[in-house]
Amino acid sequence: MTELTNLTVAQIRDGHRAGDFSAIEVAEAFNANVAGAKALNAFIVETPDHALAAAKAADADRAAGTLKPLSGVPIGMKDLFCTNGVQTTAASHMLEGFVPRYESTVSQKLWDAGCGMLGKLNLDQFAMGSSNETSYFGNVISPWKRNDGGNAALAPGGSSGGSSSAIAARLCPAATGTDTGGSIRQPAAFTGISGIKPTYGRCSRWGIVAFASSLDQAGPMARDVKDCAIMLENMAGFDPKDATSLDMAVPNWEAALSSDLKGKTVGIPKEYRLEGIDSDIDAMWDAGIAMLKDAGAEVVEISLPHTKYALPAYYIIAPAEASSNLARYDGVRYGLRDLPQGAGLQDMYAATRADGFGPEVKRRIMIGTYVLSAGFYDAYYTQAQKVRTLIARDFEQAFASCDVILAPTAPSAAFGLGEKTADPLAMYLNDVFAVPASLAGLPAMSVPAALNREGLPLGLQIIGKAFDEQGVLNAGLAIEERAGFTARAEKWW
Amino acid sequence: MSDYRIKGETGEWEVVIGLEVHAQVTSNAKLFSGAATAFGAEPNTQVSLVDAAMPGMLPVPNRECIRQAVRTGMAIEAEINKWSRFDRKNYFYADLPQGYQISQLYHPLVGEGSLTIAADEKAGIPSDKVIGIERIHVEQDAGKLMHDQHPTMSYVDLNRSGVALMEIVSRPDMRSPAEAGAYVRKLRSILRYVGSCDGNMEEGSMRADVNVSVRKPGDEFGTRTETKNVNSVRFVMAVIEGEAKRQVELIESGGSVVQETRLYDPDRNETRSMRSKEDAHDYRYFPDPDLLPLILDDAFLTECRASLPELPDAKRARYLAEGISAYNADVLTAEVEVARWFDALLEAGAKPVAAANWVTSELFGALNRLGRDISDSPVSPAQAAELLGLVADGTISGTIAKAVFEKMLESGDAAGVIVDREGLKQTSDTGAIEAEIAKVLAANGDKVAQYKGGKEALFGFFVGQTMKAMQGKANPQVVNELLKKALG
Amino acid sequence: MSIDQATVRKIASLARIAISDAEAAAMEGELNGILGWVEQLGEVDVTGVEPMTAVIPNHLRLRDDVVDADPLTGGNRRDDVLANAPAPQHGFFGVPKVIE
Repeated sequence: MTELTNLTVAQIRDGHRAGDFSAIEVAEAFNANVAGAKALNAFIVETPDHALAAAKAADADRAAGTLKPLSGVPIGMKDLFCTNGVQTTAASHMLEGFVPRYESTVSQKLWDAGCGMLGKLNLDQFAMGSSNETSYFGNVISPWKRNDGGNAALAPGGSSGGSSSAIAARLCPAATGTDTGGSIRQPAAFTGISGIKPTYGRCSRWGIVAFASSLDQAGPMARDVKDCAIMLENMAGFDPKDATSLDMAVPNWEAALSSDLKGKTVGIPKEYRLEGIDSDIDAMWDAGIAMLKDAGAEVVEISLPHTKYALPAYYIIAPAEASSNLARYDGVRYGLRDLPQGAGLQDMYAATRADGFGPEVKRRIMIGTYVLSAGFYDAYYTQAQKVRTLIARDFEQAFASCDVILAPTAPSAAFGLGEKTADPLAMYLNDVFAVPASLAGLPAMSVPAALNREGLPLGLQIIGKAFDEQGVLNAGLAIEERAGFTARAEKWW
Repeated sequence: MSDYRIKGETGEWEVVIGLEVHAQVTSNAKLFSGAATAFGAEPNTQVSLVDAAMPGMLPVPNRECIRQAVRTGMAIEAEINKWSRFDRKNYFYADLPQGYQISQLYHPLVGEGSLTIAADEKAGIPSDKVIGIERIHVEQDAGKLMHDQHPTMSYVDLNRSGVALMEIVSRPDMRSPAEAGAYVRKLRSILRYVGSCDGNMEEGSMRADVNVSVRKPGDEFGTRTETKNVNSVRFVMAVIEGEAKRQVELIESGGSVVQETRLYDPDRNETRSMRSKEDAHDYRYFPDPDLLPLILDDAFLTECRASLPELPDAKRARYLAEGISAYNADVLTAEVEVARWFDALLEAGAKPVAAANWVTSELFGALNRLGRDISDSPVSPAQAAELLGLVADGTISGTIAKAVFEKMLESGDAAGVIVDREGLKQTSDTGAIEAEIAKVLAANGDKVAQYKGGKEALFGFFVGQTMKAMQGKANPQVVNELLKKALG
Repeated sequence: MSIDQATVRKIASLARIAISDAEAAAMEGELNGILGWVEQLGEVDVTGVEPMTAVIPNHLRLRDDVVDADPLTGGNRRDDVLANAPAPQHGFFGVPKVIE
């Protein structure tokens, strides 16, 4: 029998259903991998008992003939999702020890579908970061190493770096992620796995620690496209508790998966051809184009003229929303309270927030506070929201002549920990290809497509029309089948 | 025009007043959560995870709160904005769990409207005056801080946190404390008619931020101060009076008014600067990204309009047309409970003018004595209509009616039953009355002589004596006629 | 537009984050770098363009006026609300004494 931890979500589900193995065996195997991978620092909290309890229930359900869609599948939960009775921190000192008495809608849906939880996954603090170096609980390390013989620790991407690292290292078959400006796609690309950010509003935001409300979207990360489809089906759905939730039926994405792209048109945005970009990225992109042609698609060049302004617009809108969303962390009702001797209420706020937030979180709160402050609001925030309208319009016009858009997920492969931390701007630029789809609320996914010359994975990004996750998944599947990406990180941890 | 002036050393000053009234919207649940709004619950029991701003919590607006604000807007004939949005007002305070208040700055639900305050000569309001209302927007209330429970701590209760408020912003159209008082009373009356706010200022359902500035008549507006959370009509008027005087003295002694937030201390009847809120002025408003634009459809607006009751101005006009005096019409329409009771009385068949007089004198007198509100009047409109009917058809006299009413209050019996039981029907039996008149005149020969000598005022005396002899049951008109005849 | 350390301190105060002089100095450079970069948005001609209000066409749904219809958004759960409080006091949240 294949090692259980090498199985995909679909294989675990189907094998368990067929009686090939018990859910307990699966949970125990993954629990063991989690326990043996402390060096990756992918988990903030491990919850082996939760996984075992769900597994026990799954085995009982199988005996009773009452199997659920994901019975027997243990997963990792990004520590941005509030979990009832299990510490939820957003990787911040601010929420260290915070134990919610409620369950996020998305995690509840997964438990209702039969999943068990292996643990709460590390991430960039409050999901702010692109390398998982802003967590209060330490960096997450990618299981990947360069093939240069060196031993540099690499970034797993961010903010869902615990999720990406854990999946790539076979600590869990799938995990939840959230994507505000690339936080599912970029870490997926960095670690050779798949991840999809659905259309804004598909997954309820209720119970997910907010970063930037108009951008935040939950989505799955897994090893392949089919697993992403399966997971997303069990995460998405209308939620009356979220005013921005889409009141639409959840399609049966898994059943409708098809890599036959005949009659489909793929757009290649010319503005994404950046000067001076790593030639491996361009080569991978060209290879991707060839794969989609091979799958029957027609390929056309398209223009997204405001691409260049997406990142600056994002770095006004996201911090502005964050500065307000994070105002609730004040030491009054939960979380950290830092009360210096003789301090008044306002001193307590300032001390608590200085102590509780990490430098990147503070930086973004400061930017957000500044761009919203009196006299600057129109010049920064209103202007950025107008540019955002133009960016969304670019996509709308492009989709008049194509069904999906193909582009790289990130401008580089994984970089070394510490390589970009000195310059916030350089770090921000890593999301240059991911952010436009976030600003437009569009579904987008990353699939692994190639290894670069250093032996590190590179991801291709497919962006679809609003609500057309199926088109995105199908194009992703076409690439997956042709790229034949089977590389995995050699175990060193 | 109001001629209210502050007399300073350099001449007369005019006061300019604008009011921002915060009215709690009548609803079962809060504006963005399902927690209850009832007054007086145990601390933090009416608090949802949303109201406590736990991580990941999201607001979903309550339809009824929107509906009530729209109906209120319609009642002041305001423009209703079919497209509006919620904005966040960002500031830190222990009673504000989210670190921002969800409010509406850029696109309020209700636009320009107005209300009319009635002329009141005694109060220095010579004629009806229209007061402009700039806007009404919907927002969240904050929680409550208590400072007396612990030597070094304040306690936070979030029961009010997230309750829906309407902020009703007037134009700076008022020029005297009396006008401001009349505005608040009229606004409260309209809100109660509409049913969108109970107007209970003691429980904090309605409170006003009072903007005051002074100027020499004809000059530009001066710098204003804002006194927060004033919770009675009397205090609103006191704040204006005190603040206007303070500003005049300040300016005349060479100082200048600082635009600031002030707090009213009712015990000392003075306002003082609220320095704690000074640095909070940069509220960094921006559209709440958790909420989408609020778009109202025609069906919703039609229902809002159709559900509006007859409003005080229209009701007053109807009463005037029915011959009721202006004074009585004002009194009867000021409070919706009174107006409802009175309308029920008319519906039960009472004649408007007589009914209005009876309600404003007899009924109010009795309620006052009993310390009761009209809503728990011991006599129902139908019972009162029966009593007034007996007077109107001559069955009993007005004097007897008063006695019957007293007995109704005591026993709860119907007027007709009391009249029958106690034999109080008035008589027009001329024989019996003439016999009593003869006795009265015989017993008062001296007065008869005086009357005939020109002292006509004694006529009333004879009427009174005759009525007394008839135990009040004689028809007064018949007594008058027969007396005149007897006295030649 | 470039910001100085006094502005940095003012923003930090608005955001209620205590910062030392050294932090203010470091942040001055960082924030100017980022703000200088985002200011390229000023180049974009936005004549006649409305700011984005809803990223995906969707209307704001309203909730029925029913108390505690869903326990997740209803009241009557004081224990849950206070469970993580740093200084719970007889059913209240305790904070340092506030002088109004």
